[in-house]
Amino acid sequence: MAKTVALTGNVACAQAMRQADPDVVAAYPITPQTTIVEEFSTYVANGLVNTEYVTVESEHSAMSASIGASAAGSRVMTATASQGLALMWEELYIASAYRLPIIMHNVNRTLSGPINIHCDHQDSMGARDSGWIQLFCENAQEAYDTTLQAVRIAEDHRVKLPVMVCLDGFIISHAIDRLDILDDDVAAKFVGEFDAPITMLDANNPITVGPFDGLHGSFFEFRRDQELATLGSVPVIEEVGKEYGQISGREYGLFEAYKLDDAEVAIVVLGSAAGTTRVVVDKLRESGIKAGLLKLRSFRPFPAEQIAEALAGVKAVAALDRSLSPGAIGAPLFQEIRSALYDQASRVPVINYIYGLGGRDVSMPNLEQVFNDLSQVAKSGQTGPVIRYLGLKE
Amino acid sequence: MDNLTEIRWHGRGGQGAVTAAKLTAEAALKLDQYFQASPEYGPERMGAPIQAFTRISPEPINIHCNVTSPGIVAVLDPTLLAVVDVTQGMPDDGVLVINSEMSPAEVRAANNYEKQKIFTVDASKIAAECIGRAIPNTPMLGAMLKATHIMDVEKVAEHIRASFGKKFSQEIIDGNVEALTRAYAEVQSE
Repeated sequence: MAKTVALTGNVACAQAMRQADPDVVAAYPITPQTTIVEEFSTYVANGLVNTEYVTVESEHSAMSASIGASAAGSRVMTATASQGLALMWEELYIASAYRLPIIMHNVNRTLSGPINIHCDHQDSMGARDSGWIQLFCENAQEAYDTTLQAVRIAEDHRVKLPVMVCLDGFIISHAIDRLDILDDDVAAKFVGEFDAPITMLDANNPITVGPFDGLHGSFFEFRRDQELATLGSVPVIEEVGKEYGQISGREYGLFEAYKLDDAEVAIVVLGSAAGTTRVVVDKLRESGIKAGLLKLRSFRPFPAEQIAEALAGVKAVAALDRSLSPGAIGAPLFQEIRSALYDQASRVPVINYIYGLGGRDVSMPNLEQVFNDLSQVAKSGQTGPVIRYLGLKE
Repeated sequence: MDNLTEIRWHGRGGQGAVTAAKLTAEAALKLDQYFQASPEYGPERMGAPIQAFTRISPEPINIHCNVTSPGIVAVLDPTLLAVVDVTQGMPDDGVLVINSEMSPAEVRAANNYEKQKIFTVDASKIAAECIGRAIPNTPMLGAMLKATHIMDVEKVAEHIRASFGKKFSQEIIDGNVEALTRAYAEVQSE
């Protein structure tokens, strides 16, 4: 029997880690770390898991140790946030290039200057090209569920890629929420044992990990292989999400299409703001506005075709970004949403709303305003300014 | 959404406002309600004004925006009334529960509060006498329950016994339950 509990998002993630019982967790235990690894360290100390817990001296080392352990054939998990993820930068690329199925929580918090510790997605967006699968969660339940699924996705022999489970800092990570957790044996059976296809410690099948490749080597081909593996993870994410639905009653896909079938105006958004948007959609529907929501879960791989299909028929779309890309034509989610819709027979106007940077609240009136703007665009056919800001003090 | 209860807790760092917000949410679980509880994070210093929030609903809660128009506000420290507008965003029929030696009428007059229903309780004194320390969160929770009837005080007492049992001595647990029920009985209305 699943158990209904009151946990913070962080502890929910730690509970899923406990049930997945990683062989190694390497983490830097000082801010901007999360309470995920703090909580998990108590499970290690209390003998609830069989994990070798390595406290390292930096996030750079945390990812380095994770890479070494994973290459040796261990199930490896860790967690980070914000500047911590930034300090892991070069190792992120190495982990994905070596095709190591490391599972890492990133509690989405901004990157400083001026100093700010609060939620936005600029940390994850900076790592969007690093070759990690990136799955975004709306609430503590999804963070828990996605952690268990991430293990299966990463370790699938068709994938063999690291997975970043992203949850909104403070809004989800530090808030107590109600969620159901699976029985330990059900969760353990679902994630299964890690079966590394190749390991450094297999003396009968010696391999080299991380050699010098050189100008005339196969670097380009490796990178292309990584891309193919990332694209190839799409059906695996869907399969695992369906199977998870069978044991939990909560099925997952690449995204959630909420009231999109007959929608005329739609918001595309990642993370916790999707929940608030859903409530606004319901409210507007009561007054006859055909609003819809596409909550994107899998940002990497980016399911462009499926998104275009789900948004077909919508008359105006807003992509909401909790990040900003200075000097670019809009922020990352917008760029890809507009790109995904570009080749449609009838080209739909797409507007970018930048919101919530550094933890700025996104309110229901904010989101209603977006839908009202979209209705105007749909009616007039005039897109107006393509890049807009929600809740910016002007 | 129509059945959503939103509570804002005002306190000073160290008075247990965050614990009160969490305790309320956890007690809601016992009643099979949905809930969210979160502190407002900032520079956390002992004595600095802080806020914490609880949402309770019989239905799943989807919203993740800030609590800006709470129907219930609990103030754990009377000295905050002079420095923070604790009624900010409250609806006119909101419930304001204040830790104070004064009566609701005196608090209303002293702060020029024109609206809301005001309740007061000397939670600091109750905490000092029952728990031995002036941490007013459990008595304020008791007073809030009486003022709002959002949950059964006995169920909350049961939750305190069960959840505090892992961390605190029997004396502390008994003191907190006593503080909860005493404030529930002593809270004054207008």
